[in-house]
This record gives sequence, C-alpha cells and structure tokens, in this order.
Amino acid sequence: MSAAERFLQRLTARRADDPSWVAARRQAGAARFEAMGFPTRRDEHWKYTDVRRIAEGDFALASDVAFDAASFDALRLEIDAHRLVFVDGQFSATLSDLDALPTGVSVEPLSQAMVANHEAVGGSLGRLAGVDFSPFTALNTAFADEGAIIRLSAGTVVDKPIYLLMLSRAGSQPVMSHPRVLVEAGARTEATIIEHYAGEPEAANFTNVVTEVMLDRGAIIDHYKLQEAALTDLHVASIHVDQGRDSHFNSYNMNLGGALVRTDLVTDLNAEGAEAAYNGLFFVQGRQHVDNHTLVNHNAPRTFSNENYKGVLDDRSRGVFNGKVFVKKDAQQIEAYQNNANLLLSDRAEIDTKPELVIYADDVKCSHGATTGQLDEDAVYALRSRGIDEPMARALLTLAFVGEVMDKVRLNVIAERVERAVAGRLPERFNLADLVETAEAIQEA
Amino acid sequence: MASEEMEQLVRREYKQGFVTDIESDTVPPGLDESTIAFISQKKGEPEWMLEWRLEAYYQWLKMTTPSWAHLEYPPIDYQAISYFSAPKKPEDRPQSLDEVDPKLLETYEKLGIPLHERAALAGVAVDAVFDSVSVTTTFKEKLHEAGVIFCSISEAIREYPELVRQYLGTVVPQADNYFAALNSAVFTDGSFVYVPEGVKCPMELSTYFRINAANTGQFERTLIVCDKRAQVSYLEGCTAPQRDENQLHAAVVELVALEDAYIKYSTVQNWYPGDENGKGGIYNFVTKRGDCRGDRSRISWTQVETGSAITWKYPSCMLRGKESVGEFYSVAVTNGRQQADTGTKMIHIGENTRSTIVAKGIAAGRSDQAYRGLVKIGPRAKGARNYTQCDSLLIGDQCGAHTFPYQEIGNSTATVEHEATTSKIADDQLFYCRARGIDEEDAVSMIVNGFCKDVFQELPMEFAVEAEALLNVTLEGSVG
Repeated sequence: MSAAERFLQRLTARRADDPSWVAARRQAGAARFEAMGFPTRRDEHWKYTDVRRIAEGDFALASDVAFDAASFDALRLEIDAHRLVFVDGQFSATLSDLDALPTGVSVEPLSQAMVANHEAVGGSLGRLAGVDFSPFTALNTAFADEGAIIRLSAGTVVDKPIYLLMLSRAGSQPVMSHPRVLVEAGARTEATIIEHYAGEPEAANFTNVVTEVMLDRGAIIDHYKLQEAALTDLHVASIHVDQGRDSHFNSYNMNLGGALVRTDLVTDLNAEGAEAAYNGLFFVQGRQHVDNHTLVNHNAPRTFSNENYKGVLDDRSRGVFNGKVFVKKDAQQIEAYQNNANLLLSDRAEIDTKPELVIYADDVKCSHGATTGQLDEDAVYALRSRGIDEPMARALLTLAFVGEVMDKVRLNVIAERVERAVAGRLPERFNLADLVETAEAIQEA
Repeated sequence: MASEEMEQLVRREYKQGFVTDIESDTVPPGLDESTIAFISQKKGEPEWMLEWRLEAYYQWLKMTTPSWAHLEYPPIDYQAISYFSAPKKPEDRPQSLDEVDPKLLETYEKLGIPLHERAALAGVAVDAVFDSVSVTTTFKEKLHEAGVIFCSISEAIREYPELVRQYLGTVVPQADNYFAALNSAVFTDGSFVYVPEGVKCPMELSTYFRINAANTGQFERTLIVCDKRAQVSYLEGCTAPQRDENQLHAAVVELVALEDAYIKYSTVQNWYPGDENGKGGIYNFVTKRGDCRGDRSRISWTQVETGSAITWKYPSCMLRGKESVGEFYSVAVTNGRQQADTGTKMIHIGENTRSTIVAKGIAAGRSDQAYRGLVKIGPRAKGARNYTQCDSLLIGDQCGAHTFPYQEIGNSTATVEHEATTSKIADDQLFYCRARGIDEEDAVSMIVNGFCKDVFQELPMEFAVEAEALLNVTLEGSVG
C-alpha cells in the first residue's frame, strides 16, 4: 500500500454523512492525491525539501477539543480581536470569541458554513487552490472539514483584527489537520487577518492548511501568518491570493517553529493597480527545515509587487527560498522587486535560494537580489569599540537584520513577540527586556 | 520604439549566410557501433580510444534528452544525422596556407577574417576547423619553441596519447549529460592545448569553427591543460552558412588548470539563427567546464552569443584548489525566433575560492532567453565568495527574458550575492542622446554597447572589436 493510500484510509473511516457536494469534492481531492502521491526530491518544486517524514508518519484525526486553559493563555496573542480557535483542526467554541462582530463582517467555522449555506461556500472554496496545485492541496481538499470562512461585504472596514489561532496538542498518537481558510473581501473593504500556529512543546502533529483570499476592487488586506509550532511539528501551507483592481495585499509570513515547514504563497494580480507586498522572515535552529516558495503573477498591466524575505539559520538547520515573479505578455508597466537575504550563524546550516524572473513584456522594471553571508565584522567591531561585549554585539546585529522585516509589521503585538522570540533563541540567548535597560543606561551615560 | 523598426529588426537577414562547396568525405546518416568504429578508424586512433567512445555510446543509449531548460524544439532524430564529414582527405591535407583550398580562404574573406593577414597582424596562431578536420595550423614553430602543444585533438590522440588519456573526460565525464555522452562517442575533431609548467603561452590561441556540410552534426572536443604556473588565452569564434535543416552541434570543452595556472577562454558564437520563422538554425548544445584543480588557479570564461536557433550552454568552473578563482562574463543576444538557455555553474569546493558572474542578456524580436546559473558552496569552502549580476534588456514586446539562479550555500563563512534586473531601453536615455544630435540607431547601439561593457572589456582586443561590430549587426534596425 502506498503512503497516499494509507493516508486516505483515514478518510473512508471518518466521512459517511457528508452532504453530496462535499462528498464529491472529497472524492476528487482523494483521487488526485492518490494519482500524484507525495512529492519527491526529483520534483523541481520539492528539490530541496524531503517530505518523507510526513509520508512515513501515521496521523490520526482529532475528535475532541480539550485544551489546557493555562497553556492557551500562554500561547495566544495578547490582542483585542475577533477570535476563532481550533484545536488540532477542530473548532473550539469555548475558546473562541466572536461576540462583537460588526455588521458587514461574517466570520464562521467552515463546518457550520457548509451546513448553513453550502452554495455560497461551495462556489468560492477551491476556486484559487485547485487539487492540481500540489499533492498537499489535493490532500487538504479530501480531508478539509474545518476552518474559517470570512466574508466582508463592500465598504466594510473591520475594527479589529480577525484572529485565527490553530493549536496543536502533544499526545501519544500524532494527529493531522487540514484546515481551510477562505477570505472574500468585497470592494473597498479593509481588514487584518492573523493566522497563528502554536502548540504544546512536545506536539508532533501534521498540519496541512490551505488559505484562499479574494480581494475585490480597492480591498486592502493585511495577512499575518505567524508560525510558532512546536519544534517537532510538521507544517505544510499554501496561500492563494486573487487581486482585483487597485487592491492591496500585504503578507507577513513569519516562521519560527516546526521541524519541517513548507509554505507556498501565490498571488495573481489580475487588474490594473493591484499591488502585493510580501514580507517574510524565518529563524531556524537545530535541525529545523523551512521552505518558502513564493510566486507573483503579474497578469495585468500596471501591477506592482515588492518582496523581502529574510532568513537566519543556526546549527544544522536548512532554509529554502524560491521566489518567482512572472510577467504575462502585454502586462506592461510592471514594477516587481524581490529581495532575499540570509544570515548563516553556523557552519553546518544550509540555505538554498532561487530568485526567478520570467518576463514576457518589455516595459517593466524588475529586479531581484539574493545575498547570503555572515554578520559584518566591522559592525561587530564598531559596537565593541563602544563598550558592548561581543555576544551582545552579535545579538544586536542579528536583531537589526531581523528588524528590517519587522519594521514593516503594523501590529506591535506581533513584532514584539517575534523579536523577543528571536532574541531568546539566539545563540547568545539574552533577554530583550534586559537589553532595553542596557540601551537606556548607555543613552543616559 | 516604433513598431515598423521592430519589424525591420525581426526581418534582418543573416549576413554570413552562404555555402562553400567543398568536396566532403561524409558517412551516411545514422549512429551505431559501426559509425563510431568508422570515425575512430578514420582518425587512426588507438584501441583504448575506441573503447572509450563505445563506453560513452552505451551510456548515451541509457540516457534521455534533458527537458528542464526553457526551450522548445521538435525532437531530434539522431539517426538522421551524419556523424563524419571531412573536407578533402586527411592524408593530403595542406601543410601551409598556400596549399589551403582557395574556396576555404574565400569563405574566410567573406567573413571578414582573412586568415593569413589576421594571423600575421594579430600574432594569432589559427587552428582552423572547417567542419571536422583541422585544415591548417600556423605559428606552430613559435609555439613549439615555447613548448606549447597546440594541435587538433585527433593529432593529439595519436602524438601525445599519454597526455590525452590522463586528462580526457576528467572534467566532463563520458556520461555527464546526454549531449556530452553523445559527443564522447562521436566527436570528430577539436583542439588540444598543453602549456607546460611555468610557460606563458607567447600568443593568443585561436580556432575558427565552422559548420559547412548540410545535415552534418558538428561534434567538437576541446581539451586545454595548463600546467603549474602556466598561462594561456584561447579564442573560439564560430559562424556558419545559411541552411534549411537544423544542424546539431554538441561540443564538449574541458579545461584543466593546475597550481597557479590561468586559462582564459573567450568565445564569439555567431551561428546561423534560422530564418524569421526560426527555421533552419543551429541547435547548440554545449558542455563547457573548467577544473581549477590546483591552488590559486584561475579560469575565466567570456562569451558573446549572438547566433544559433537554440543555445543550451553553461560554461562552469569546479573550484577545487584553495584560493582558486572562477569567472564568467557573458553577453547573449537573441532575435527573431532564437531561444537561449544559458548561464554558468560555480562549484566552490576549496577554501577561499572566489567567483564572479556577469551575465547580460538582450532579447529582441520574438526570441526567448533565460539565464540559468548555480552557485554551490560546499561545506569545506571556508571563506568562499561569489558575486553574481545578471541583467536583461528587452527590445520589443514580443520577447521574453527569464532568470533562474540557483544558490546552494552550505558554509556560514561564505558570502554570496546575486543581483538581477530586467528593463528596456528607457525613453529618457534615448531622448538624451537624440537631443544631442545622435540618431536613434546609433543611440540604441551606444546604449546597448554600454550595457554590455562589463563583459566586452574582458575580451581580448581583437575579439572585443569584433563583438561590438557583431552586436551592432545583430540589432541593426532595432532602433528605439
């Protein structure tokens, strides 16, 4: 029996009472997944990422949503938001908070949306993320039974961020979850959406999430993905974005956790004036493996994209960055910029980076850059000559490197949390609060 | 840019398109063991060479054509190609220029490279490869005095079998890739250079390759070995007559640089690119690789690629010696329906190795061009350094320019930088020139030459002049 067939057995064991349209989709997803199987390194898109750890795993499906209250408080973001919480992929009504939703905003768990209004859900769901995109989207299509459906009617500006917290539990039997997120932003809407992945430190589960975001004319969406899963968790995600005229999509993709992490981010700029900004950060240690594949399709004239991904790699970790910019024929007056910078802190860390440009129009300004190196010794020296000891100097410079991406983050709660996490995990391991005190002391002196 | 001028550009005719009628000694099309045995026998090769070829052939049979490149072309029928073609018979090959077939000399005249004149003026020894057999070699004595061996590979196999056997296939193994395996099985000629320890080659070595007989694949094999502290600069220039059938060219070039050696390899490639519908151009599948085997050795590739219907070419450097240096400077110009997938590989293995990549691509007409490169830093390559710059210039809205740079970095002390830009000739640049009385065509030519300057200045003097002229011819009429 192949790994794919073994995974699909869980499906037949579980789903008997699906509505017919859901069953048909599951079948299509399962058939496609079975045909494709798990990707191997012979596949160009998976050249640097080996998913055998997932394929060889045995993952059950969670059936309850019990979660320790104390650890929930410790893990969640301290933020005033409309909150949906999922535990191992299952919706937890008790931990969620959707009481204060303003008019024009609809946020509901996928399971409820499917039952209540299947046509509206069925029409949009899967429109951007087809089963052919990757074996993992096919697998997700086969299994997806929970997630978040977010709809913003035209002109709505959402007062608070919409916060999706996906928690992963430690247990004797690893579980898998296939969450689905669908965002339909009507014309001139504005919203901030946070996908936050966290869990108990010993969790060794497999999360396979698919997110689809549709932006109508003039919509502005900030999308945060903060991945702080346990260092033993396996995480695969794909984010698909479709942008209408003059819409703005700002992506903040921050990966700190996970043993094996792969994220695909695909944006289609389909009408004039559409603009996408990709901000990415990954910080990996031990034997962590983080792979980011991004793609921007400039399908219409006068569309813009700007991408900046930064990676810090320590110990025997491995990072992969593949950024592709595609400019369609006749899509003139494009501006597309892409940058990937990586900092290697250890001799045994490895980074594989491939910034690609595929351009079929001439009136374009496209550039990309990729740099990999270590901290600037002159900068270390400059700090030391001002009385800062070497470990602190190195830590400060690493934080400054990360800071270039974090400066773009508009939610302070997230920026601070990431900076603290990075500071606390640096080889020098220092406390950021102490650092602030030190800095103030220096300033006073 | 005015569209009618673009039309002109697309319609420009191949200026070097003519066919010289020289009696060829050609085998019937097809490839099997007997073809290989025929070639080997014809060349008077020793037994081990035939075995080596057959080994490659058996490997080739097991391989499949690579499909990863950004290229589109109909499948090649390897049985429809004739694998051997020699002008006249080898035994009565001319011994000096006077004995050279006047028609051949005429061909060179038409190309604007009068062999004797050029050789005398520039002090260049020319090992002219007309189809597959070296027709004439000049300045041999002078090189002989210096101890430099410069001859055709066939001659080297007969005269210096130990040297050839020691190095052949050590940089590009027989089964390295599909086209290299094919070349290893059927290569008919090419050049061999050996520069002994401590010798700086007294002149630039040059070979003009030509493809002449229709339907004949040209399979060149070049091997250049630079011993300790030796230096050589090698020029390769190519042009081919206009033909209707696609001609396959699968060359292999191997460079070996021992301690403190320096090899500079320059190419100007102007093979027939096909007519306006892309019909009839050369298919150019080339494997070029240099091995910086010794410490502080240096290999530098410079190429100006303006011809061929399809170019598949990645001159590479294996930086094995400590502090060895690899360089790649490239200008690729595609027009009409040309397709080019070209770039380089820099494999950093030794400590403190350095590499520089400067690639300039100019795409016009309905052509498609890709830069594909790999920079790999091995775990032991402490302090390795790479700088890559690839820029693309698009002329017209029907062409494509793509960049696929791979970076695999496994050492924290390495510094790797990559920059790439894609743009067109800016209207304000053109306006600036026009406002100063420079007509549009000259302005474009100036801007394009400026764009390529970083590469042209790496070329030897005579080549640089030729390259600039070639670029102007290639983009003639592209104005604006």
